[in-house]
Amino acid sequence: MDLSLSTETVGDRTVVRVGGEIDVYTAPKLREQLVELVNDGSYHLVVDMEGVDFLDSTGLGVLVGGLKRVRAHEGSLRLVCNQERILKIFRITGLTKVFPIHTSVDDAVSATD
Amino acid sequence: MATVELLFSALPEHVRTARLVAAAVARRAGVDEAVLDEVRLAVGEACTRAVGLHVAYGVASPVRVVLIEDEKKFSIEVGDDAPRASAGLVPGARGESADAGALPPSGAPEEPGAEADDEMGLAVISGLVDDVEVTSDENGGLIRMTWPTTPASVLP
Repeated sequence: MDLSLSTETVGDRTVVRVGGEIDVYTAPKLREQLVELVNDGSYHLVVDMEGVDFLDSTGLGVLVGGLKRVRAHEGSLRLVCNQERILKIFRITGLTKVFPIHTSVDDAVSATD
Repeated sequence: MATVELLFSALPEHVRTARLVAAAVARRAGVDEAVLDEVRLAVGEACTRAVGLHVAYGVASPVRVVLIEDEKKFSIEVGDDAPRASAGLVPGARGESADAGALPPSGAPEEPGAEADDEMGLAVISGLVDDVEVTSDENGGLIRMTWPTTPASVLP
């Protein structure tokens, strides 16, 4: 399965919906998308991972890279994820402390903390 | 004897194939369904690391994945041919020994963050798999991961 990406603007947030598998082969596409958004001035990103079937450390690296980019512009990168098998990878690597993880896009879009 | 052996060119697009094959063989070997996601992720991490090392070192040989079914356990070995400066490196070690030998030779193209990804990959494997062994020497490296299997129920 390939990676699918779509974006939508909600207020001052840009929601990136990701579907499929994020691994060493597909992660560069996600990286390109995040870099493009930041270059275009979108600094408050919400990455919706509900459609993600697989995520590995390469994907985590891309998300961390995205976070660093938006933070350079005082922006934010929030994740939406309810899947235990995906959340487990964030826990193992300690990244639950780095990313705000929300249960819904609505929740992430309205979050201000 | 290996149940299934897989050789693939060190290209990112083949890592998914290795994941699928490993998960299929693990399921057949009797690895618990609840653990199959971990098997898939761990073998993907190991293969991703091996592909990265082959690319960094310009190694032309394929990455090796050996799936071994034993009576009460299932093992996966992922081998690379990237030469290390010193032998006997272990995961989790930091500083001088933290797979320092796995760094690309000077002058080799190095993608920014590749080393960090490599460490994160090993961290994921260590976090997922209780029984894991990482070794390397001047000829290459090997990650061996083992899971217990549930014996098939005996028919009456």
